[in-house]
Amino acid sequence: MPDAATLPLVDPRPPRKLYRSSDGRWLGGVARGLAGHLGLPVIWVRLVFVGLFLAHGFGALLYAAFWFFVPLGVGGVDERRAPSLVGTETSPHGRRRLVARKPDRGQIVALLLMVVVALTFVGSMKLDGVAKVYLIPAVLVAAGVALVWRQADNARRARWMEVGSRRRTLTLLRAAAGVLLVTAGVSGMFVLQGSAAHLGSVLQAALAVLVGITLLAGPYLVRITQDLSEERLMRIRAQERAEVAAHVHDSVLHTLTLIQRNAENANEVRRLARAQERDLRAWLYKPEGTGKDEAEEPDTLAEAVRRNAAEVEDKHGVPIEVVIVGDCPLDERIGAQMQAAREAMVNAAKYGGEGGAVQVYAEVEGRTVFVSVRDRGPGFDLDAIPADRMGVRESIIGRMERNGGTARLRAVPDGGTEVELEMERAETTS
Amino acid sequence: MSDANGEAAVSGGNADRRVRVVLVDDHRMFRTGVQAEIGQTELTGVEVVGEAADVDQAVAVIIATRPEVVLLDVHLPGGGGVEVLRRCASLTADPEQPVRFLALSVSDAAEDVIGVIRGGARGYVTKTITGSDLIDSIFRVQEGDAVFSPRLAGFVLDAFASTDAPPVDEDLDRLTQREREVLRLIARGYAYKEIAKQLFISVKTVESHVSAVLRKLQLSNRHELTRWATARRLV
Repeated sequence: MPDAATLPLVDPRPPRKLYRSSDGRWLGGVARGLAGHLGLPVIWVRLVFVGLFLAHGFGALLYAAFWFFVPLGVGGVDERRAPSLVGTETSPHGRRRLVARKPDRGQIVALLLMVVVALTFVGSMKLDGVAKVYLIPAVLVAAGVALVWRQADNARRARWMEVGSRRRTLTLLRAAAGVLLVTAGVSGMFVLQGSAAHLGSVLQAALAVLVGITLLAGPYLVRITQDLSEERLMRIRAQERAEVAAHVHDSVLHTLTLIQRNAENANEVRRLARAQERDLRAWLYKPEGTGKDEAEEPDTLAEAVRRNAAEVEDKHGVPIEVVIVGDCPLDERIGAQMQAAREAMVNAAKYGGEGGAVQVYAEVEGRTVFVSVRDRGPGFDLDAIPADRMGVRESIIGRMERNGGTARLRAVPDGGTEVELEMERAETTS
Repeated sequence: MSDANGEAAVSGGNADRRVRVVLVDDHRMFRTGVQAEIGQTELTGVEVVGEAADVDQAVAVIIATRPEVVLLDVHLPGGGGVEVLRRCASLTADPEQPVRFLALSVSDAAEDVIGVIRGGARGYVTKTITGSDLIDSIFRVQEGDAVFSPRLAGFVLDAFASTDAPPVDEDLDRLTQREREVLRLIARGYAYKEIAKQLFISVKTVESHVSAVLRKLQLSNRHELTRWATARRLV
């Protein structure tokens, strides 16, 4: 494994490990990985390899050695976390699929270049008969090995990336093609050494050996792969269990302790229990499973509404039930609407919290975002509020209207107040 | 665990209405709490005739006692509430004396909620519901109406949101404008009475809208619904 002696000094991070890049590679990703590691353009490294290749094929050996010893990494080389078995690699959409990749123009050019280089290389060698006898089979063998190895890389990579639809047939085909090439090469060596007359018998023998090996090792291999995948599943389960246990241990037990200590203070107990319940729910029912990035700014409507409700709930100790239909990204106008909604929640909790939980409903329908906040408190009359009390008028109605939305306050027939906020999304958002 | 609470019915308080209920929940503390809140038959009209803590027990108790309403927890050992519904399907469909199910859960997951409704439950409420609301819901389910919590209404609106996919069955895959309005108000925390006032219709009409939505929810083959309903079985 090459050490990090040649690291550029601009990078104060701990020494990076050398990985082969699984993205944008032509063959094994060696050149790309090296380039990333050394901080050089890829093309330089590739040229160096080609140059070395012309020097008696040394480049090929070096490349093969790198391919063999350097582990495959994801997304270049700065990936310092060990690739876990559970793929959490969030690849941008439009990533080309692993096995059924269409070679792009660059790759075709590269292949042609390689063929040209190989031909010049073969031509440049003063070949007598014997060398020629070995060369072509050797090339065949190399091609077969490269094919199979590339396949193994793909299989490994597919395990971290969440690629559900691996095309098994294609994988098998590639492997079979590789095996065929290698077999052809190896038998070719023997045949060309002897004469073509032996071809049939050599092929038969080779086939017989292959079948024998398959029969002997096949069941064993199958069992090993099954055991492996089973073991992997168990490990993933154990990991998840440990994560749940840790979470429960950290936060739930903590909260229970606090609740016992504050047993006399009913409001505090209620607040603690609600906060813990919310935390646990976010943790259990978030699609991603980890809803714990409290510090991050919300960037969608649903997150913003939930966040605001949670904060108001914590501060005022009144439960707020949130129902959200649809979702959209936040823009300036919706941000203003969120602030108005938060103000409405605060009012509902302060003045209407006696009547039970505050109900918040947010809905995205086409371009319109509608939010309603209702409480079951005594209700209040907007006109009866002195003009110097700017709370509702400014922070809810004024704010909505300045941003091109509408706000309505109404008394609900059976008691309580409802604030309805409506806003069109900005045009720029899709 | 299950001790049939066969008290002699004392006529009084809510004498004109009686409902026989079975509680199915794997948390004993919760069963005790619910029992204490709703089980005083003279006051509430609710008579708890049996309890069960897992799927097998539940099926046995329900067959033995033939209650009118079953309060059913979604998460149960032995296959969950959905399994109880599956095994009691014949009782639910009985025209003479149907057993009706009301799902009760702490879960927030759409597939849990939609799953039990599609399994045949007549409603879904969260466990934070107050005692009096729960009693209301039980009587409503006994009468054959549907009970939607705000959260369930939200899920349904989400599931029936307009998509580009052409509906397979025009009748089942779309909500009418009125149904949508009713669901929205439920999601906003309105009681049926308040919805009736708000839309200038009778409470009965509100109930029939909700029942129609429930039917669509159970029978429609919309992609979202089937996805939610099968999500748990795929895991």
